[in-house]
Amino acid sequence: MAAKVLHAFYTDDDILMNAVKKVRKQKYHIEEVYCPFPVHGLDKAMGLSHTRLAITSFLYGCVGLAVALTMMNFIMIVDWPQNIGGKPSFSLIENLPSFIPTAFEMTVFFAAHLMVITFYMRSKLWPFKEAENPDVRTTDDHFLMEVSVGSNDIQEVAEFLHSTGAVEIDLKK
Amino acid sequence: MYTISSKIKLTAAILIILGAIGLIYGFVNTPASVDEVSTMLAEEHAAHGETHAAADAHHDDSHHAEHVYDQLKNRPWASIYTAALFFFLLAVGAFAFYAVQNAAQAGWSPILFRVMEAISTFILPGGILVFVLLVLSSLGYNHLFIWMDPEVVAHDEIIANKVGYLNVPFFLLRAVIYIGGWVFLSWLMRKNSRQMDENFSEALFKKNFKVSAIFLVFFIVSESMMSWDFIMSIDTHWFSTLFGWYVFASMFVSGITMIALITIFLKSKGYLEEVNDSHIHDLAKFMFGISIFWTYLWFSQFLLIWYANIPEEAVYFIQRIEDYNLLFFGMVAINFIFPLLVLVNTDFKRVNWIVVMTGIAILFGHYLNFYVMIMPGTVGESWFIGIPEIASVLLVGGLFLYFVFNGLTKAPLVAKNFPLMKESKHFHY
Repeated sequence: MAAKVLHAFYTDDDILMNAVKKVRKQKYHIEEVYCPFPVHGLDKAMGLSHTRLAITSFLYGCVGLAVALTMMNFIMIVDWPQNIGGKPSFSLIENLPSFIPTAFEMTVFFAAHLMVITFYMRSKLWPFKEAENPDVRTTDDHFLMEVSVGSNDIQEVAEFLHSTGAVEIDLKK
Repeated sequence: MYTISSKIKLTAAILIILGAIGLIYGFVNTPASVDEVSTMLAEEHAAHGETHAAADAHHDDSHHAEHVYDQLKNRPWASIYTAALFFFLLAVGAFAFYAVQNAAQAGWSPILFRVMEAISTFILPGGILVFVLLVLSSLGYNHLFIWMDPEVVAHDEIIANKVGYLNVPFFLLRAVIYIGGWVFLSWLMRKNSRQMDENFSEALFKKNFKVSAIFLVFFIVSESMMSWDFIMSIDTHWFSTLFGWYVFASMFVSGITMIALITIFLKSKGYLEEVNDSHIHDLAKFMFGISIFWTYLWFSQFLLIWYANIPEEAVYFIQRIEDYNLLFFGMVAINFIFPLLVLVNTDFKRVNWIVVMTGIAILFGHYLNFYVMIMPGTVGESWFIGIPEIASVLLVGGLFLYFVFNGLTKAPLVAKNFPLMKESKHFHY
């Protein structure tokens, strides 16, 4: 059986924030909130946990640094240690300053790109992905809160949502 | 209003007395004559069991002893100069941060303005101390600046060519202009800020905005020249174009760190109740960012000279790597890798003891930075972090402590009537 959900529409982010707090206080379950722009503090009001994207980025950066140093150590020191303009190619540490610009850029490159790809994968974004937008107005000037009815009375939940300032309430199956 | 506690006064007094005693000991303990150094070196050679010492020409030995004698004579001078310059420039750096916050109309920082103003009160005593040391050098009491010695200049064509810029009267005049300008503008901004407490007028606020803008323009020129004069001219044969920026980054990050440390101290004592996690977080972000900026400049200077390896430039780093290896690279670890790994974490930037611990490390690291900039040209391979060095830091640190906390008592800890104050009190990140 498909769970019934109510779509409550709001026209102002302040009203939305208050509504989110009230709905959580009433112990109704918010499935999703759709906004046309980021609402500061909404994640906190909804009780969402922090993103761990920054941690992955740090780890990707470490990978990038390791890749850069391993690569340059193999190419410049181990595989074919030539004398290029008198640079000391006897060990990695002796020639390290000239490898730092590459190592830095590789660190940033890995940290940035792999984090972005992680973001796309976690948020399921890719080209030709079908938009999951429940109502076109949420990309323009309306905010939409999706509340699951669960075992509660539909009328009761709808009336409660109306009392929080919703301008329109739809029932979706 | 903040009242200075007797504990702080006592601590400052103890630091000053201990420092003064140690420094006097340092001066007394320098060798009295070249002969004394010769015997000392001979004993050292014997202790190391060096048999080839006998093969050395006697002439070389006496030259060497003279060289070491000059270095050992310089050591207490160089250590008090390093400490005085470090704390003085730290105060100037904190004031530059204050001016930036004013000019940028920052909304988060006004609640910290009185802390920054208090640190800037050290610009006057610190500037006088540095200036007195420069005058003593000019009068020939020490050999911190080899270009001040007419005999050296007479035999050194490279220095002789720089005499148009590096001559004592012009040097001291420039020092007066930098120090005087910084003292005057910081005094003016403090005065206006305190006047705003009593009767606020928009004109006063705008005036401080203008003064901070004027200061920043004056500062960027004078700071750059100051770094050539006070620090780079010690290594008179050497020059580097980004040196001014490099010194600036060092003093700026030290100043910001000091602001954070004093803020956390005052908050822990129950003052500055409206300072919240977010203010500390922002200061820690600046500590983190400017630490990396300093490293960027350190590395840029090092890489360019190392890569091209032009002898007249590279000698600067050769000396540092050979004689100051641990300090030279150790300070990079303290100033870069430590803050990088600790302060990269958002949650850590809000934890007071972590910010304090990192702050102490940054201050220590930047003291070492000044040490490595000044010592190789003055005491060379005869360096050691012993009584004169530690005593100098205690002495100037004690003065700093006293003047800054005395400065805090001069005005309410939170400025009244400041237009951006309400935003700052509610600042939240």
